[in-house]
Amino acid sequence: MIWDWAFTFEILPVLARAAIVSIEATLLGFAIAASLGLVLAVVRIAVPWTGWTISVLVELIRSTPLLIQIFFLYFVFPKFGVVLDAFTAGVLAIGIHYAAYCSEVYRAGFDNIHRGQWEASIALNLSSWTTFRDVIIPQAIPPIVPALGNYLVALFKETPLLSAIAVLELMQTAKIIGSETFRYTEPITLVGLFFLAMSLVSAALIRSLEGALNRRTVR
Amino acid sequence: MSEQPMVRFVNVSKRYGPLTVLDGLDLDIARGEKVSIIGPSGSGKTTVLRMLMTLETINDGVIYVEDQPLTHVEKNGKLMPAGLDHIRKIRAKIGMVFQSFNLFPHMTAMANCIEAPMTVLGMKRAEAEARAADLLDMVGLAAKKDHYPSQLSGGQQQRVAIARACAMRPKIMLFDEVTSALDPELVGEVLEVIRKLGREHDLTMLMVTHQMGFAKEFSDRVCFFDKGKICEQGPPKELFGAPKNERTRQFLHAVLEAG
Repeated sequence: MIWDWAFTFEILPVLARAAIVSIEATLLGFAIAASLGLVLAVVRIAVPWTGWTISVLVELIRSTPLLIQIFFLYFVFPKFGVVLDAFTAGVLAIGIHYAAYCSEVYRAGFDNIHRGQWEASIALNLSSWTTFRDVIIPQAIPPIVPALGNYLVALFKETPLLSAIAVLELMQTAKIIGSETFRYTEPITLVGLFFLAMSLVSAALIRSLEGALNRRTVR
Repeated sequence: MSEQPMVRFVNVSKRYGPLTVLDGLDLDIARGEKVSIIGPSGSGKTTVLRMLMTLETINDGVIYVEDQPLTHVEKNGKLMPAGLDHIRKIRAKIGMVFQSFNLFPHMTAMANCIEAPMTVLGMKRAEAEARAADLLDMVGLAAKKDHYPSQLSGGQQQRVAIARACAMRPKIMLFDEVTSALDPELVGEVLEVIRKLGREHDLTMLMVTHQMGFAKEFSDRVCFFDKGKICEQGPPKELFGAPKNERTRQFLHAVLEAG
């Protein structure tokens, strides 16, 4: 028999612990991506002379593989005296990588705000900080929740890359189990099923959040 | 005219590439004066308001508000006007009402009216709400204070927009074709609010309008714009009754024919 249920139940607790690491990496990474992305998008508009620099930065990050960025933070930064443990380096790399994508999503959201909203803010003499906080961001976010949600799921599915720098997340744990027992079928299948289940759950959560936001804004 | 004009345009020009929208405009507006700007579309009349509200930069000339320059001519080739702190200080004297209302759709009528007083003037919520309540009452919408813009008619939205602008206590109010986006039966209620504002407050008002009847009855002076210049100006009785300029005659003839 290819599938061994006893072995499956034996490795489940180990994989469950590793799953928590994957989820932690996802949530922390996305927190960085969502907030840094917003900062990049806001600064690009609020401080016009930064536009070119930010464009280049975003393009650079989006045009190089995430795996290389992870390696860079983990193996190259120590040469410059910045030593990060594997988990921190990995989460930072993932967060910054997706911040570049998220900043473009925010930018599209800001572009969709009617020009009159900016003009009314000027006419009322609002500062640009207040304009973003009270006028632009509350209107721009609800329509882009689905796009941000897609990046959350995509980011989650990229966390196995952290196995390349030996973070004990799901994929790395499954590989270790496989190399120790010479049984790859169960651990790798379980990891796949876990990602499938989590992706479906997150997609459902995002849909309900989207619905809630629409009910709040469309009157 | 009083000794110190409220607003003074000195040789102000605005160009978009090869297109000259305003060509060396000189215009003084006295304290408390009500000035209507009329003219064909593309004559630069809305640009006058937008420059004064700092929504457009100017290419040449200077605009003075109570003898203080509003903007400087840019030297370093950047689009942002210089001295934002200075501009915001002068800009605080000016309020604007737009053709498309531009209310904040995610805020109630009340929230729209207290946003700027609280964040810009630093007023306490209770104080800002009291001021906003008075203004919503003035525009006849006290009962609608908790409604969102999408729950209001166009005329009601525009009245909220007027209350919102007044909440900042500007000295100068700009009205940019404020009834053009309204259904005909809603125009009257908005004009009535503007009339009331003119009567009860010591405001300098500058309005771009297609409502010739209202311009005639309400304003102290009417300026007819054509091709980026003031073609003719004067008291409404003279300009509407006996226009001297041929272009003015043609325009008024065409407009009155249509209306």
